[in-house]
Amino acid sequence: MNAVFLARLQFGLTAGFHFLFPPTTLGLSLLVVIVEALYLKTRDEAYKRLSIYLVRILGTVFVMGVATGIALEFAFGNNWAAYARTVGDIFGAPLAAEAVFSFFLESVFLGILVFGRNRVSERTYALSAFLVFLGSHLSGLWIIIANSWMQTPAGFRFEGGRAVLESFWGAAFNPSTVIRFSHTILGGWMTGALAAMAVAAWLILKGRSRDEAPAARLMKPALIVFAAAAVLQLGSGHAHSMQVWRTQPEKMAAYEALWRTMDGAPFTVFGIPDEKNEQTLLAVRVPKMLSLLTQLKPNARVAGLDGFPKEERPPVLVPFAGYHLMILFGLIFIGMGLAGLRLVRRKKLLTSRRFLKLLIVAVPLPYLANEAGWVAAEVGRQPWAVFRLLRTSAAVSGAVPAGNILFSIIVFTAIYALIAVAGLTVILRTVRSGPGHPLVQGPEGDRT
Amino acid sequence: MSAWDLLRHAWFILIGVLLAGYSILDGFDLGVAALFPFLAKTDEEKSALIGAVGPVWDGNEVWLLAGGGALFAAFPMAYATVFSGFYLALMLVLFSLILRAVSLEFRAHDTDRKGLWEAAFVGGSALPALLFGVALGNVVVGVPLDAKGDFTGTFFTLLRPLPLVFGILGLCAFLLHGAAYAALKTEGALRQRAQKAALRLVPVFAAAFALSFVMVRLYLPAALKSLPAWIFAGLVVLSLVLVATSLRKGRDGRAFVFSSAVFLALWGLVASIQYPNLVRATGPAASLTITNASSSALTLKAMLIIAAIGMPLVIGYTIYAFRVFKGKAGAGGPGY
Repeated sequence: MNAVFLARLQFGLTAGFHFLFPPTTLGLSLLVVIVEALYLKTRDEAYKRLSIYLVRILGTVFVMGVATGIALEFAFGNNWAAYARTVGDIFGAPLAAEAVFSFFLESVFLGILVFGRNRVSERTYALSAFLVFLGSHLSGLWIIIANSWMQTPAGFRFEGGRAVLESFWGAAFNPSTVIRFSHTILGGWMTGALAAMAVAAWLILKGRSRDEAPAARLMKPALIVFAAAAVLQLGSGHAHSMQVWRTQPEKMAAYEALWRTMDGAPFTVFGIPDEKNEQTLLAVRVPKMLSLLTQLKPNARVAGLDGFPKEERPPVLVPFAGYHLMILFGLIFIGMGLAGLRLVRRKKLLTSRRFLKLLIVAVPLPYLANEAGWVAAEVGRQPWAVFRLLRTSAAVSGAVPAGNILFSIIVFTAIYALIAVAGLTVILRTVRSGPGHPLVQGPEGDRT
Repeated sequence: MSAWDLLRHAWFILIGVLLAGYSILDGFDLGVAALFPFLAKTDEEKSALIGAVGPVWDGNEVWLLAGGGALFAAFPMAYATVFSGFYLALMLVLFSLILRAVSLEFRAHDTDRKGLWEAAFVGGSALPALLFGVALGNVVVGVPLDAKGDFTGTFFTLLRPLPLVFGILGLCAFLLHGAAYAALKTEGALRQRAQKAALRLVPVFAAAFALSFVMVRLYLPAALKSLPAWIFAGLVVLSLVLVATSLRKGRDGRAFVFSSAVFLALWGLVASIQYPNLVRATGPAASLTITNASSSALTLKAMLIIAAIGMPLVIGYTIYAFRVFKGKAGAGGPGY
């Protein structure tokens, strides 16, 4: 195992584990803001109990996100020193800005959300919830800016072996930033909203009278957020795919396992890419659909992998699988969202046991969709660390022996496994206690 | 001096400010956690100590992330060299900080493994408190670098006398600061124990500081010619004396302010010795300085604008949050 492979493995493992938590925070913090606003408007105590309950869950998820994010701030120096030297002039600034504009904001006000309910006014409390929401979304923006620059670098010149910043806004709002940001945020909203719906569903199915009112009040806003995000995601996903085709055509060719450039390219619904023989086994295709989707013209030309030198082509199997799984899940989410809205119209949302059970079973799907989309995007960027600028193999640290990376991977895995077990235990314990339980509400029960 | 040079100097100072801010803010929670087994005897005392750091540690730790991010953005060459060169040592810091980050939440709610998470809280704070000084000692005394700026030593290169003594000095500073904070935020027997611990730590810190002076004389004699270094060394001693007198008078708040001043003076001292180097090189290769390790003028300027907009806001709402949680920390609140 060489250092490049191990460095990639370490980044993939640590970032992939971390990426379970921030999307949940995005969606949950939005729901906390909605619930707090509804409480201030209606003064209905059930909303307050619900808010306390959601904040407890959010607190655990958030702290796991913080813990697993620490390593990533330093990973570019630890394992990717050549990367840091080559593109640090551009890449460091968004990471620093993320800390200054968002980490402080979300951390400080999360402290107030979790510990300060009895110490601030109700309005200040609701404002703190909004600032946590704002902070986590700004954090998403800055990290997407950094990651998008690796996909579609802009706003720089290459000079003496280093990228030098020419335009801050050009680099920050490079061709993929805005669409990737909306795509990721919508994914986060779906993740948090479905988790919240599943919690509400579980409480309703459990049937304890003390949970009834808060669970009912959680279900509807969560469903609206989920359904709206799922439908909007169809548009953002489509726009994102068009952007990938426009700016990273070889990545789109890998997503679609399009081996040869052609006019009127088909969309492969299912298939098993065989990279060695450059063919797709068991392929099910919709004729001309890819041309239509990328360019809105049925006979337009789409570049295939053969249009690129062999040593600059991305791997195909993993990006293909990730991209298609993500689309499949996305379609399932639209179906679930619309089914939920239909139940609302028929006033059966809280009583349809089949739908409630479906919500609980479906909780892992948004996480899988997030990870699949992320893996497709990053593996599809290979062999480049920065697209067409710096190869991944040239980006690693010269000073770090492979054995050290392996050692750190082993320890990271052990620590993250422990955190996963403990975190899941804590979250499930909170969820099971329900919003009316003294464990959740504290000894006094509410704000004094 | 060109505009670019001015920006480099501004960032040399600003990164020092971020690291000093980190030492002062996260320093007290690291210190409280490292002293935890010695200060808290009963469950109530444990709750009180944890209540004193629980709502604020996370925001405090962001100062480290901000410092790391700013170092990456402003001096990417130094960031790359230090974090890849001190790999294993920094991995230990990361493992510690990760475990510490979840420890309080899990200690309170993952009840089957309460002992484990309490150990993570203590160990995950004590180890970084020691290793930060070791890392700093290495960039100050110098490390072997090749022409690309890559570190050519091993893990054991890092464990030379001066860095180890700096590590102990740093640990003492964190412990003293943590004890002062614990005294400020608690009552009764716990407060008295914290005051006593802080008073005992004053001579220990003084001894470590004297030993550091000997090390600098031995391994970095040129530093003794720096007038600012002497001034800051004097300020360290003065602040330490004021910590001791405030503690004796039972003025916990003042003692905490002066133990913060100890950190500021220490950072001033390190900056005076280090300027204009960021990472001193032993051997033929060039040291990484604020000139050859910096980003472009445009990046430094953009970052300065970001800091000018962002940091006043951060300081404003951080002060607000500390006021929300001001006063003695008791058991029985929401959260942990």
